[in-house]
Amino acid sequence: MIQSASRGPDRTKRGGLQQAGRPGFAWSLPAVAFFAFFALLPLAVAIYLSFTKYNGIRLLPPKFVGLDNWSRLLTDDALHRSIGVTLTLIVLAVATQLPVSLLIGVWAAGPQRMRALVAALYFIPLLMSTAAVAVLWASLADPNFGVPAVLNGILGPNNVFSNLLGKPATALGLIVFIYLWGASPLHTLIYQGGARAIPEVLYQAASVDGAGRVRQFFSITLPQLKNTIVTSTILMVVGTFTTFDLILILTRGGPSGGTSNLPFFMYDRGVTALDFGYGSVVAVVLIALATVVSVVLVRATRYDEMQGTQEGL
Amino acid sequence: MHTRTRPNWIAGIFAGIWLLIILVPVYVMLRASFESRATYAQKGPLALPSEFTLGNFAYAFDQGFGKFLLNSGIVAIGTVLIVLVLVPPLSFAIVRSRSRSVGVVFRLMLFGLAIPAQVVVIPVFYLIDRIGLYDSLLGVILPTAAFIIPLATLIVSGGMREISNELYEAMAIDGATSVQTFFRLVLPLSKGGLATIIVFSALNAWNGYLLPLVLTRSADLRVATLGLGVFKQEFSLNIPGLMAAIVMTVLPILLIYIFARRALIRGLMGVGGK
Repeated sequence: MIQSASRGPDRTKRGGLQQAGRPGFAWSLPAVAFFAFFALLPLAVAIYLSFTKYNGIRLLPPKFVGLDNWSRLLTDDALHRSIGVTLTLIVLAVATQLPVSLLIGVWAAGPQRMRALVAALYFIPLLMSTAAVAVLWASLADPNFGVPAVLNGILGPNNVFSNLLGKPATALGLIVFIYLWGASPLHTLIYQGGARAIPEVLYQAASVDGAGRVRQFFSITLPQLKNTIVTSTILMVVGTFTTFDLILILTRGGPSGGTSNLPFFMYDRGVTALDFGYGSVVAVVLIALATVVSVVLVRATRYDEMQGTQEGL
Repeated sequence: MHTRTRPNWIAGIFAGIWLLIILVPVYVMLRASFESRATYAQKGPLALPSEFTLGNFAYAFDQGFGKFLLNSGIVAIGTVLIVLVLVPPLSFAIVRSRSRSVGVVFRLMLFGLAIPAQVVVIPVFYLIDRIGLYDSLLGVILPTAAFIIPLATLIVSGGMREISNELYEAMAIDGATSVQTFFRLVLPLSKGGLATIIVFSALNAWNGYLLPLVLTRSADLRVATLGLGVFKQEFSLNIPGLMAAIVMTVLPILLIYIFARRALIRGLMGVGGK
């Protein structure tokens, strides 16, 4: 590993045996062509469609309308509200999932057999698709046939749980809670793995020094899990950012747009309303945001540095 | 943590409460799915089990769930096949090729990691419609597979990097071509990574919602996730029927969990936020 990744492999001094059996660029072509057509071309098409009027009907091809769709970006209050909803959901999702999955994951990493068994039960929501989770919780939250009907008997009628989906604040709260239920088992698993990798000696040394449990958590466990926390937080942000099916099935963006995040907004105003041009504007905004997230992701997890270690050896 | 023998009661209680929060909805789902509508309406969601009927599963089947599950299976298998054919050669090139262009390809994959399929559903619809694949399962499979390629490539190439240089040199001394090296050395040593991407791709395809929603229209092309959404829309009062339908969509994943637990967990880690 003398050469750095940025200078690339030194191909002048090596040859013969070093080159034998190495794949050429052609090996990557089928995948690259396929990926370019179905994943990269759509990015360009999104930009093109954002300057057109297009209602998704083959007989009426996209018609160029200049900046008409883009000018709505600044004046559409519903869109601005969606951006707010998206950011609120991301903040609340991280604020709830991070502490719960971190604490549960570290707890489950303990040596007791019981904990491993319980950890397997925590895993159950991961067997369900988001659509299945959404339908299950929609039924549980149903005011007449779900848990609220039971709670009405205990807490009296018209308590806070009676109509969770009726008010934007409680509907958002329910969505965040369902995220927590459905997604935190994955992060628990990640933290469990991370905590198991912390060298036992560190805790032994701390015990000798008289550090208590809380002190050990904050001065050993947390710092040692720093990379895990970064990775898992980014996964939470990406997951929340692109959630669509939960909102479509549970609230359809309601009440009065209070739970309409950007992907749902794009579907609702673009696909359902047959306004694919404006939907493409939202798509371009989403792609730009996703790219920012990606840059952070690549930096934080150092995926790009992995390339330097073995490539071209 | 062996040194800390004193039991941690606070953590234990918190873990227990969390376990209840996880399990109660699962219990409600399982119990309701085996109970008639009348019993469920009378006893509510939280009662103890008092009846056993398979009527809800028969009902879900009548609503087309057999067909929906089959469609999901076709989409999952198709996606896995495409990923399996395309990703290993690409990963091999990324890890072993000396070509500068391959470095560009690797960066492209890192960029692709960021684009979730949902975000580009409108332009994907436009493309799929233009090539005449709108309202077909193949039209769902192709973009689903494309968006899996970046992460699958990272997983598989990560495994291929672990293959030692001596093994490659031994192949080279035997005069092996790149094709022989690939099939006799690289593929057999990449089994773990391949198992992971099989499960990862299948889960991704199985859980997909927005792509099939926008790219298909016919009721008999519905995948299971869409079927659940429509079922909830039309029969939200039949909770036992809905729960049975959910259980049916969970069963295939449960089978993977039982038979390929390690690959499933690694596949899930790749999924990230779903």
